[in-house]
Amino acid sequence: MQATATKLKGRRGDSVLFDNLGFTISRGEALVITGPNGAGKSTLLRILAGLLAADSGEFLLLGDDGAALPVLEFAHYLGHRNAMKRELRVQENLSFWKSFQRSDSGEGLSVDEAIDQIGLTGVAHLPFGYLSAGQQRRIALARLLVSHRPLWLLDEPTAALDKRSDRLFADLVRQHLEAGGLAIAATHQPLGLENVRSLELSGIHSAASEEVWA
Amino acid sequence: MMALLRRDLAIATRSGGAAMLGVLFFLAVVAVIPFGIGPDLNLLARIGPAILWIGALLASLLGLDRLFQADREDGSLDMLVMQDWFSLVFTVFIKSLAHWLATGLPLVLAAPLLGLLMNMGATSTGAVMLTLLVGTPAISFIGAVGAAVAVVLPRGGLLVSILILPLAIPVLIFGVSASYAAVTDPDPFWPPFMILSAIALFFAALGPVAAAAALRGASD
Repeated sequence: MQATATKLKGRRGDSVLFDNLGFTISRGEALVITGPNGAGKSTLLRILAGLLAADSGEFLLLGDDGAALPVLEFAHYLGHRNAMKRELRVQENLSFWKSFQRSDSGEGLSVDEAIDQIGLTGVAHLPFGYLSAGQQRRIALARLLVSHRPLWLLDEPTAALDKRSDRLFADLVRQHLEAGGLAIAATHQPLGLENVRSLELSGIHSAASEEVWA
Repeated sequence: MMALLRRDLAIATRSGGAAMLGVLFFLAVVAVIPFGIGPDLNLLARIGPAILWIGALLASLLGLDRLFQADREDGSLDMLVMQDWFSLVFTVFIKSLAHWLATGLPLVLAAPLLGLLMNMGATSTGAVMLTLLVGTPAISFIGAVGAAVAVVLPRGGLLVSILILPLAIPVLIFGVSASYAAVTDPDPFWPPFMILSAIALFFAALGPVAAAAALRGASD
């Protein structure tokens, strides 16, 4: 499996955030996107996830047989927000995503196993809103485990996490890569992995068009 | 998709949910009418079906803007939109259905009680319940379009109501005329009722597609 971006161009409003951006990662590799605030890291990830249209260029996920796979169904996207309902219990939240984000590529962990993996055993019966910000973020990470999808798109995944949870997160990503997964993350946290490439967005924006507003 | 239906119903019925809000608003609107009109029982009975329908329409519009906005605020909407086109349309359909089950169906069930306040007879109340049962889903389904268009606006509630109201007017007209036709003798009940049903089916087919297109376009 291979994820390839070619000549991606993204912009926000009138300023071009990045242009002619390309990379290729294959099974077991991770790409870390760095850059100053406002450099377009989130925009890039949202384009990769198919939530935003790129100005030009394309992002393809190729299966082992070379056939293009739909990114929408083979990628997990973890944004700034946790995608969990405060009113519902942790267990209800996770089992909802487990059945909603069904995957063809393999079985995910059960809800209890996933909660054990992120080190929060015993919170399953609590409403999500009762948890602290760091715990909520870890439950959001557990969503990636309950249904298996090969490509992880992570936007600042370690926000609100303490040191120990940072390491726990790095372990989760390592396990995912060792199992043949791919990961693209916008993070300043060193993952401590070997197969990590990095991509730095400059944060230098150029105007989208030469048009003069008379 | 059953999981989505269950989740949305669970959220609507838990504390802070929207399920009771619509019914209470409906109750408030209809309950003050007899005090405003005065104790003219014949007049109340005559305007009863229209008042119930107007109350139900306004109550259904209330809270419609939260249909997708709540999901957008906690980030769930990204995951809902990250699906192929058909699944997204189906997801919108299920969410609208859940919205109707949580807010529209209680209005239908509360209608007989409020019919008593309006001095309505059994036939008249039955007709209003039947037309509401068919008409309120139409408002939920077409309301999804307004909710999807206004999803990025933080105070989109007013806009949703204004966008949806013109489309909801035919539902109101045929709902009320069918209700009246059930009690006034020469008027036939079935033609307006059939048109109401047709509008409901049309909106159930069109609403999810239009709302899915709006959600795709609105992602930022």
